[in-house]
Amino acid sequence: MEQFLQQLASGLANGAIYAALALALVMIYVSTDHINFAQGEMAMFSTYISWQLMSWGADYWVAFIAAVAFSFVMGVTIERVILRPLHNAPVLSIIVVFIGLLAIFNSVAGAIWSYLIKSFPSPFPKSDFGIAGVIGAHQLGVVTVTLVVLGLLFVFFRFTPLGLAMRAAAQNPQMARLVGVRVDWMLALGWGLAASVGAVAGIMVAHIVYLDPNMMGGILLYAFASALVGGISNPGGAVAGGFIVGVLENMVAYAGNQIEKATGVYIIGNGEKLTVALIIVIVVLTVKPAGLFGRVVVKRV
Amino acid sequence: MPAFPKKWLAVLLVLAVAIPLLQPVLPDVVSNYRLFLVSTMIIAAIAVLGLNLLTGFNGQISLGHGAFYAVGAYTAAILMDQVEVPYWATVPAAAVVCFIVGYLFGLPALKLEGHYLALATFALALAVPQILKYKWLEDLTGGVQGIVLLKPEAPFGLPLSEDQWLYYFCLVVMVILYWAAANMLNSRSGRAMMAIRDQPMAASTMGIDLALYKTVTFGISAAYTGIAGALSASAISFVAPDSFTIFLSIKFLIGLVVGGVGSLAGSVVGGIFYVLVDNSAQSLALFVKDDLGLPFDLSAYTVFGVLLVALMYLMPMGIVGGVYLAVRKLRSHG
Repeated sequence: MEQFLQQLASGLANGAIYAALALALVMIYVSTDHINFAQGEMAMFSTYISWQLMSWGADYWVAFIAAVAFSFVMGVTIERVILRPLHNAPVLSIIVVFIGLLAIFNSVAGAIWSYLIKSFPSPFPKSDFGIAGVIGAHQLGVVTVTLVVLGLLFVFFRFTPLGLAMRAAAQNPQMARLVGVRVDWMLALGWGLAASVGAVAGIMVAHIVYLDPNMMGGILLYAFASALVGGISNPGGAVAGGFIVGVLENMVAYAGNQIEKATGVYIIGNGEKLTVALIIVIVVLTVKPAGLFGRVVVKRV
Repeated sequence: MPAFPKKWLAVLLVLAVAIPLLQPVLPDVVSNYRLFLVSTMIIAAIAVLGLNLLTGFNGQISLGHGAFYAVGAYTAAILMDQVEVPYWATVPAAAVVCFIVGYLFGLPALKLEGHYLALATFALALAVPQILKYKWLEDLTGGVQGIVLLKPEAPFGLPLSEDQWLYYFCLVVMVILYWAAANMLNSRSGRAMMAIRDQPMAASTMGIDLALYKTVTFGISAAYTGIAGALSASAISFVAPDSFTIFLSIKFLIGLVVGGVGSLAGSVVGGIFYVLVDNSAQSLALFVKDDLGLPFDLSAYTVFGVLLVALMYLMPMGIVGGVYLAVRKLRSHG
């Protein structure tokens, strides 16, 4: 039972990270219909920035905020400089550009900071909380930080004029332009925010998976799965999807472990995490492409 | 796309056959290492050709062709390792296995378009190394260790070195596959494939069975890339899960984009190109580090990434398409 609760807690903590990255993907998807394959590598790069600042002696939270701010600027710049001219390009060109960005971020991070695995500190105290040390402090911290960030985003989009303008630009660009919203800049801002949220996910997960240029590959795959489960057109759904997928991932591994203990037959374990994500992605895409909470897209012929 | 003049094609082929035979005369120019390098280029060209059949001619985007390459390589390696099948027989075997795998993956892919298909294949590419390490397959795949193989030797006592023979073997396979692809594209089926790419709805109105064509194209494309994988298993005489990461699929994408989406000749150029860049990356990195004095370990992927982005702006038709357009422009002016 205790092990079960531990798995549940770690699933929720992972889920918070998937939720943040999935939200970043959804923010870009909603406004531009693009799936950002470089989202994970951008988050990885931001995490390196915060690591670099800390190794120069900055405080954890100072480095955190600086890295998030850096990511915002990076996201806005990428949108303005690289993607803006391609708005009407064919799908393949856009995907190729994203894959190009992925390769650039990955190799540049490797070039600057090397491919050696680095440990990443956690700002939270070492002690355990809750019932018999079920929840680690870092896990609790991750969930808290993510929820705070998500809450701030919700407040921003729901209650500020700028947030309203951004939602309008995403939902109906032409009408938004007619009432004076600068749609282009709203898209760039959306990119900046997405990159920042991704950076939060990267910095939070780096303590768990350690820091290296390939650290986000699997996490990005899980974020894709989360976004799809929740419905890729629904930000709230993506967050819910993140937690669902995070718990599901750990439960599958836990069940596999129990089965192996009971019957001695190995079926599934930690080594198959990415395969589980792949199966989730393909099943959701083929069976229910709109996800749990997404809007069903009807194509007019 | 321009048809490659037959005269030049013949000259190229004669050169491709004749030059390796000069090895005894010019051992430094035609070294074994260079022959091996050219063999890997041929293998890359076949893999890119496969991707181009799917993405370039049928409009289905795949970021996961590394998976089929891996299936081909492992099929060949397991057959050689466990059943002691001769290396040449692994090529058709890999083609059949990959056709089936590709066809099956093509079934769910039928429901996906554009970004979603890219996403599904991207997920496949990410998961491949883990699937290869799956515990139940370990007896066959050798787990993390992979499988070590023997390098094929020239048959019938031909006086050829291993690398020379490998080169000829790859060359023959590529010529056959290229010829088959060119003929297929020139046929009714090929036109149907391209019609589906350009106007799926119009194509289906004219009686083309979209589902059949799309899944079979997926199968054929996977078979091509799988054959390349099988050849690479023979060439490198080693397979291991971690050589089939997402970056392998990115290399195929580079070959596709550089050569030109929807161009057979371009696929060959693209394949040659990515092997060249991959191989010169180390000297390039040394140049950046020592001669320019920058504290920066440049890798091939920085070059690949910048090229992917830049080509989308400058030459969306790839280098072959770009050169063709430039030549046509010059001619019409002159």
